[in-house]
Amino acid sequence: MNDQNHPPLQEHVRWVNRIAVVEIIGDVDLNRSAQFQQMLLDLLDARPERIVINLAQVPYMDSSGVASLVKLMSRTRRSGTGLRLAALTERVRSLFEITRLDGVFEIFATVEEALA
Amino acid sequence: MMPAHRDGSIRLTIRSTPTDLPKVRTEVESLCRTLGFPQEVAGHVMLSVDEALTNIIRHAYGGSEDRPIDIELAPLFENSAPTGLRIRLRDYGQRVDLARIRPRELHDVRPGGLGVHIIRECMDVAEYAHAEDGGTVLTLIKYLPPCKQDDPP
Repeated sequence: MNDQNHPPLQEHVRWVNRIAVVEIIGDVDLNRSAQFQQMLLDLLDARPERIVINLAQVPYMDSSGVASLVKLMSRTRRSGTGLRLAALTERVRSLFEITRLDGVFEIFATVEEALA
Repeated sequence: MMPAHRDGSIRLTIRSTPTDLPKVRTEVESLCRTLGFPQEVAGHVMLSVDEALTNIIRHAYGGSEDRPIDIELAPLFENSAPTGLRIRLRDYGQRVDLARIRPRELHDVRPGGLGVHIIRECMDVAEYAHAEDGGTVLTLIKYLPPCKQDDPP
């Protein structure tokens, strides 16, 4: 099948002191959630004080993407690492509301607010 | 959008592989918007179909990627005006105990198991049935919400 309209997930990590800011670009669905989850879990090896995930360029996420974030949250709680989600698109925010996870994750309107 | 049948429905068969899911999402959203669903509701219908297909791939077919899934998208009309969309998803996989298809408790925050909750939350009808010659048919219906003047076009 032509997959041109569904390019690979991209992730970019930058560090602000000991905070890892992860920018995700692309849909996080069943095709991409394994890659998404592994990348996030690998990040814990660098022992960040906090992880901020910038979701501004994630137009779509399904429950497999949410499951990856829940797994990361479980791991960060055990390790004492902070976890914040930032700049959710309308669709992704709606998914968090439907699954009632908007009250479980720390969600911020912008990356700057999540860094404060 | 794929060409519709004379009754306005769209039928397609995909393989049970995650790489086929974006194509279906595009079709569902496009048809929803054509029928006049608000953008947010169209997104919820698309998400529900995606979650249902994910469950078929994972549970009915156990992750096998070359099995067929038949999809029918049928607009509903009353007096020639669209009233909603009916979606039928048919697999030929392992039959599941229909009584066991239910949403899990959301206060138990853990990975996985959210698909059925999402479908029930977003759709007006979600009915599972065993097909006569094996497999399962899931029928989803979403009715068009009443128009409000402040709805985006």
